[in-house]
Amino acid sequence: MMKNNKESKFLRWLNGEDLLIDTKNEEPPVYDPEAANPYQYETEAHTLRKVDKAERRVFSRVYLALSVLLVLFLSAVLLLTVSNLPRYGSAEAPVNNEVSERYIEEGLEETGATNLVAGMILDYRAFDTLGESHVLFTGICAVMILLLTARKDSKKQLRHQDEEALYDVTCDPIVRIMAFFLMPCLLLFGIYVLLNGHLSPGGGFSGGAILGAAFILYSMAFGFEKTERFLNEKTIKVISCCSLGFYVVAKSYSFFTGANHLPSIISPGTPGAILSAGIIMPLNVAVGMVVACTMYSIFSFFKRGTV
Amino acid sequence: MNLVFNFPAFTVLISLLCSGIGFAINDKRKARVLSTCLFCACFVMNLCTLIYCVKNGPFTYMMGHYPAPWGNEIRAGVGEALIACFFNVIIALCVNGGYSELLNDVDERKIKLYFVMVNLINASLMALVYTNDIFTGYVFIEICTIASAGILMIHEIGRTMLAATRYMIFSLLGSGLFLIGVILLYDITGHLLMPNILEAVGTLWASGEYHLPLLVVICLISMGIAIKSGMFPFHFWMPDTYGVATPSSSGILSGIISKGYIFLLIKIIFRCFGTDVFYASGINDVLFVCGVCGMIFGSIDAIKENNINRMTAFSSAAQIGYIYMGIGLSPTLGVTAAVFHILTHAVTKPLLFLANGKLALASGREKKFLGLRGAGLRNRVAGVAFTFGALSMVGIPGFMGFISKLLFAQAAVGGSLHMAVTIIALAVSTILNTMYFLRTVITLFTAEGWDNPGNVRVFIRQQPGFAVAAICFMAINVVIGMHSQPIITLIERGLAAL
Repeated sequence: MMKNNKESKFLRWLNGEDLLIDTKNEEPPVYDPEAANPYQYETEAHTLRKVDKAERRVFSRVYLALSVLLVLFLSAVLLLTVSNLPRYGSAEAPVNNEVSERYIEEGLEETGATNLVAGMILDYRAFDTLGESHVLFTGICAVMILLLTARKDSKKQLRHQDEEALYDVTCDPIVRIMAFFLMPCLLLFGIYVLLNGHLSPGGGFSGGAILGAAFILYSMAFGFEKTERFLNEKTIKVISCCSLGFYVVAKSYSFFTGANHLPSIISPGTPGAILSAGIIMPLNVAVGMVVACTMYSIFSFFKRGTV
Repeated sequence: MNLVFNFPAFTVLISLLCSGIGFAINDKRKARVLSTCLFCACFVMNLCTLIYCVKNGPFTYMMGHYPAPWGNEIRAGVGEALIACFFNVIIALCVNGGYSELLNDVDERKIKLYFVMVNLINASLMALVYTNDIFTGYVFIEICTIASAGILMIHEIGRTMLAATRYMIFSLLGSGLFLIGVILLYDITGHLLMPNILEAVGTLWASGEYHLPLLVVICLISMGIAIKSGMFPFHFWMPDTYGVATPSSSGILSGIISKGYIFLLIKIIFRCFGTDVFYASGINDVLFVCGVCGMIFGSIDAIKENNINRMTAFSSAAQIGYIYMGIGLSPTLGVTAAVFHILTHAVTKPLLFLANGKLALASGREKKFLGLRGAGLRNRVAGVAFTFGALSMVGIPGFMGFISKLLFAQAAVGGSLHMAVTIIALAVSTILNTMYFLRTVITLFTAEGWDNPGNVRVFIRQQPGFAVAAICFMAINVVIGMHSQPIITLIERGLAAL
C-alpha cells in the first residue's frame, strides 16, 4: 500500500499535479473580489501556516541572533583591516607613487587645466568619466521605465493633479517670491561653475547639480506649466542626447588620435585662460547638461509620471 | 598601427553612441534594427580581434593620449575576444528571438527604452571583458546593474517590481563590496591598472606586509562578484528575477550578464591577484565549497518547483555553482572548464527561457506543469528547443554540456580531496538535473490537456524570429559539442596569456 502510494505520488509529480517534495511556501492566496469577504481566505495552506507559527517564531529569533553576530563579525574584520592600512597622508603610503606624482607635477602642462581634478577625470582618465556620465543616462532610462505612466490628456492624470494641488507650494507667496529672486542667482552660479570647471573647483557634475536644483525649485514654485515652456520632454531629450553624443564623439576622436599617435587638433592652450585646457570645458558643459536634465526629469517623473 | 587595435575600444564606444541614438529615435522597429546592426558590427569587430590575437598574441590599447598607469587602458587577448564574440551573438539572438513576447509584455512607449538598455548592457559587457583597469570595471558594473534592473522591471506586473527590488538589493550589495575591495586595494598597492596591481600584490604577499587587508580585499572582490552572479547562498533572487521577466530579459540576465561579472572575476584573479596568491589565500576553497553546495541545492530547489520558468531559474543557480566549483578547483584546468561552462550555459539557458515563453504562450500563458502538458506538441519548435536545451544541461554526449562536465571531471583528477568531492557532486548533480529536466520534457510531450481553452497550436510561420534564434542556439550547441577542441584550445591559450 505504502509503495503504491509513493508510486502514484511520483506519477502525479511527473504529470505536474503534485510536488515531489512538500514545500511550505505555498502560493499566495488569490484575491477574489467577488467573494463575500475578499480578504478572508481559508485554504489548506493557510491552516498549515497557523500550525507553523511557533516554529517560525523560533526560526526568526535564531535568524536575528545569527545576523547580528554576522554583522558584528564583519564590522570587526573591516575595522581591523582599516586599522592595518597605511596611515592617511603619510609620505610612505603606496598611493604616493609615480602615478600621482605625474598628475601633480605635469598635469597643468599636459592638460592645460588649472583644476587638476578636472584634468584627471576629463583628460587622463576620461574613459571612466565617459562611463560615469552614461550611468546617469542609464538612470534616466530606468526611472522612465519605472515611472512613465501618465499621459498628458488622461483623466486619471487630471484627478491626480487636483489631489496634488492641496499639498502644492505653488500658491505659497513666500516660496514664490524667494524663488523669483533666487532663480537668476542659481542659474548664474551654475553656469559659472560649469564654465570655470577647468580653472577652479567645480565642473560638470557639481555645476549640473546646481542647475538641476534651480529648475526643480522653479517648477516647485511656479508649477510645471511654466517650466514646460523651456524644459519639456522634447528639449530634455534633445539636450541629453546631443550632450552625450558630443561627449562620445569628441572623446572617441581623442582616444583614436591618442592611441594611434596621430596629430590632434586639441591643444592644452594657455593654462588659466577661459578658452584653454583642450576640450575639458565643452565636456564639462556636456556633463553638466546631462546632470541637470537627469535631476530635473527624475524629480518630474517622481512627482507626476512624465516630463 | 593596425586598425584592428581600435576594434575593442570601438565596440564600447559605438554601443554607447547607439544607446544615445536609440533614445532619440521614436520608432520601435528602427530601434530594434539599430540594436541588431550594433550587435552584428560588434561581433564582426570582435571576430577580427580574435583572429588577430590568435595570430599575433594579445595587445593593449591606450584610451587617450596618456600611457597606461596615468590614462585608462584596455587589453584584448584570445580569451577576451572569444567571450565578447559569444556575448554579441547571444544578446542579438535573445533580443530578436523574444521580440514578439516583448511587444506583448512591454508598454508600447517603453519598447525603445528596452533597446536603449540592451545597447547599454552590450557596452558594459564589452568594457567588462576588455578592461585592463579595475576601476573602469567598477564603472561599467554600475551601468550593467542599473540596465539589468531596467530590462527586468519593464515587464510591468506586480511580481516584477518585487523581483527588481530584490535584485537591486543583492546587486548593489555585491557592487558595494566590490567597490570597497577596489578602494582598499588601491590604498595598499597605489594602482588601479591590473599589471601594476599584480606586481605590487606579489611583492606584498611575499613580504607579508598588509597581509590582512590583502586577504580582506581578495575576499570582498570575490564575494561581491559572487553575490552579483548568484553563487549558492546568495541565489535566492534568481527564481523571481529570471522567472518573471520577459523571455528576452531572462535570457540576457541569466545567459550573459552574470557571465560578464564572472569573467571579470577570472580576469581579476589572473591579472590582479595572480593565481599563486589567490590559490594560496584559501578564498578559492570558499568558492569551491559554495559552488558544490550550489550544484546540489540549486537542483533540489528546481525539483521542488511547479513552475517551468522558476525551475529553469533554479537550474541556473546550479550551473553557476559548476562555474564557481571550476574556479575554486585549480587555476589551469579548473578555470578552463569554468570558462567553457560559461559558454555552455550562455548558449543553453537563453534557449530554454525563450522556449519557455513560447510554450507558455501555446498553453494560455500557463507556466505550471499541469497546464503545460502537451505544450511541446502544440508548439513543436519550442518543444524541440526545450528538449535540446535540457539534453545539453543534463550532459548528454554530443552537446556542449557533456564537454563541460568532462572538463570538470578532468580538472578534478589530481587533487585528492577535491577529486572525490567534485566527482561525487558532478554525479549527484547530473542525476538531479536529469530528474527535473526529463520530467519536464515528458510533461511537454504528454498528449493530454487539449481541453484548456487557452491552448492553441503555434506554427513555425507564426514565430519566425524565435525559430531562427532557436535554430542558431541549437546549431551552436551541437557544433561546439561535436567539435569542442578548437574552442578549448582557444580558451587555454587565452588563459595562458592572461
